[in-house]
Amino acid sequence: MSLNIVVLVKQVPDTSEVRMDPVRGTLIREGVPSIVNPFDVFAIEAGLALRDAYGGKVTLLSMGPSQAGAALREGISMGADDAVLISDRAFAGSDTLATSYALATAVKKIGQNAGAGVDLILAGRQAIDGDTAQVGPGVAEQLGMPSITCVSKIESLSQNGTGPNLRLRRMLEDGYQVVEVGLPAVLSVVKDINKPRLPSLRGMMKSKTYNLPTWTAADIAADTTLCGLSGSATRVKRIFSPEKRARGETLEGGAAEQAKTLVQRLRDSGFSI
Amino acid sequence: MSADSANSASATNATSAVIATNKNIWVFGEQENGRLALSVLELLGEGRRLVDVANAVNAGQKLALVLIGTSADIEPLAAEGIAHGADLVYVCAHPELAVFQDEPYAAVLTHLCRTERPAVLLAGATLIGRALAPRVAARLRVGLTADCTELGIDPENGSLLQTRPAFGGNVMATIVSSDRRPQMATVRPRVMVPLVRDAARKGEVVKINLGGLDFSTRAKVKEVVRELSQGPALDEAEIIVSGGRGLGDPKNFALIRELAEVLGGAVGASRAAVDAGWIPYPHQVGQTGRTVRPKLYIAVGISGAIQHLAGMRGSDVIVAINKDASAPIFDVATYGLVGDLFEIVPAMIAELKAGRAAS
Repeated sequence: MSLNIVVLVKQVPDTSEVRMDPVRGTLIREGVPSIVNPFDVFAIEAGLALRDAYGGKVTLLSMGPSQAGAALREGISMGADDAVLISDRAFAGSDTLATSYALATAVKKIGQNAGAGVDLILAGRQAIDGDTAQVGPGVAEQLGMPSITCVSKIESLSQNGTGPNLRLRRMLEDGYQVVEVGLPAVLSVVKDINKPRLPSLRGMMKSKTYNLPTWTAADIAADTTLCGLSGSATRVKRIFSPEKRARGETLEGGAAEQAKTLVQRLRDSGFSI
Repeated sequence: MSADSANSASATNATSAVIATNKNIWVFGEQENGRLALSVLELLGEGRRLVDVANAVNAGQKLALVLIGTSADIEPLAAEGIAHGADLVYVCAHPELAVFQDEPYAAVLTHLCRTERPAVLLAGATLIGRALAPRVAARLRVGLTADCTELGIDPENGSLLQTRPAFGGNVMATIVSSDRRPQMATVRPRVMVPLVRDAARKGEVVKINLGGLDFSTRAKVKEVVRELSQGPALDEAEIIVSGGRGLGDPKNFALIRELAEVLGGAVGASRAAVDAGWIPYPHQVGQTGRTVRPKLYIAVGISGAIQHLAGMRGSDVIVAINKDASAPIFDVATYGLVGDLFEIVPAMIAELKAGRAAS
C-alpha cells in the first residue's frame, strides 16, 4: 500500500499578540510573529507517521502570500516530501468557502500530477486566527469526499475489497466514536492524535535548499469568480475590541475566610450551590 | 461540485429575488437517540427573538425547527420544539438517519434548503454542528460564520448580523453574508437563552419526503464510547472547575474532582496539566483545547496564559485561586483568592457542605 497524502497547512499570526488599534479600529499586525498553525503540526505528524508505516508521499499545501512559504519549509524540515504554495492576488480576501474551493482545486492538481489521485487529506482541527474549523469539511465537500472532524487517533489502515480503509477515533463532547472510512477522505485532527517529531538535521538541510513550487490560480485552472473576494459569501462588516473584563475583587483573609466569603458571594449572586 | 441554481446568486437581478423569496429562520435540531441538544433550545429562544425583529423588516417570517433522524426518535420532539418557540417543524425521518453522519445529514439539509428556501439557518457550534454546517454551506455555496456569540438583524435590510470572537478572543468581528441565502451560522452553546417551555404554544408539523436522496457515505460509525461520564459534559456545564500546574501532582486532581462534584460541575484543565499527562486531553480548556462559557469558571492553580484565557474568558463569573498574586489569571477574575490552593479548596468544600447541611 502506498498513500498519496496531502496536508493542509496555514501560516497564522501568533494570535496572543494580535491587538486592535483602538482609534483606527483595525488590527495591529506589525511586529506580530508568524507561526505554523499549532493544530497543523499534528496533521503533518499524522501524515508522516502514515507514510513511514505504509509507504507513500506527503505533500504540504498552503494558500497565502510568499511569506507563507516559511510555514511549508518548517514542515519540510519535519520530513515532508514536498510542498506547494498557492499564491495569487485572485485568492486575496477569501472566506472559508473560497479558501475551500482554492485548496480543493489545488489538491486535484496534486492528484493529477501524481497520476493516481490523492488518497488522504489531513488538516488541523482549526486555525487559531479564525477558529472556524470549516475549511477541512469544506474541502471534503468540494472534492466529494467524506470528512471526519476532530480525529484523535488513527487506529489502523487496512485494505478491503474497495481499497484502503482507515479506522479512527473521532472526539465527541463526552467521549469518542470509532469510525471506519474508505479512502480518499479528509480528516481534521486534534492535538491528542500524536506527539509531533522535531525537525531532523537532514530535513532542515532539505528545507533550506528546497525549491518551493508556487502555483497561481491559472496554474491550478481555478475559476477566479469562485476565488478571493468574488468567491466569498461572507464579509466582515465591523471589527471591535471585546469588552474588557475588569479586574474583580481580591478576597481578604486566610484560606477559611476567603473560602467563606467566596461561597457567600456566589450564593448572593444567584448560584444555588 | 454542486452549485445550487436556486440559491446561488450569479446574477445581480437574481440576487434581490433570492433575498425577497427566501424567508424564515431555521434551527437545525441536533438530537441524539431522541434527546435534543441543549443548544437547540437556546437557538429556538434566540431564533424567536430574531424572527420578531426580522418581521419588522420583512413580514410573515416564521421560526422553523429541522429534525433529522428516525421517526421514533424525532417525531416526539416536534411538540417539544413548538413548546420552545418554533412555528413550524420539519420532520425528516428515515431509518438510515438513526445516527449523525456528515454526508447523509448534509444531503437532507441541502435538499430542504433548496426546496423550502430559508433566509437563515442556525446550528449549534457543537461537534456535530461544526462538522455538518460547512458541508451544507459548501454545497449550497453560501456564507457560514463559525461559533457566533451574538446575533442580530440589520434594521435597514433585514440581514443577519453574526458576531464572533477571533484571534483568540482579542478581537470581535461582525460578519454578514453577501447576497446569498440562507445566511448560515453556528452559535456557541450556553450563550443564547431558551424560552420558558409553553405546551400551549401552537405550531405546524411538516413531514418531508426524502425519497430519492442519496444517503451513501464511505464513513461508518462503528462504535460510540462515552468517557466523561462524571458530571456534565464540559461544553454544556454551567459550572467548571479547572486545575493547572499549581496542583503539582496528578493525584491532586482528586481535589478538583471533589470540588466539581460538590458544585455539580465539570472538570477542566490547563494545557500544562494535560501535557504533563495528569488528565486526558478532552478536559483541556484553551486555544488548543475547548472553548467554554459556563456561568461559573473556577481556575485552580492556573496562572492564566493567554492561550488558556482564550478558552474561558467568556465565562460569566471567573474565580481564580493561585498563590502568585501577580498571575495573569487575576486580571480576568471576578473573585481572586490569593493563597495555598491546598488550604483554600478544602475550605471551600467544607463551606459548601456546611451551608447545605444548615439549610
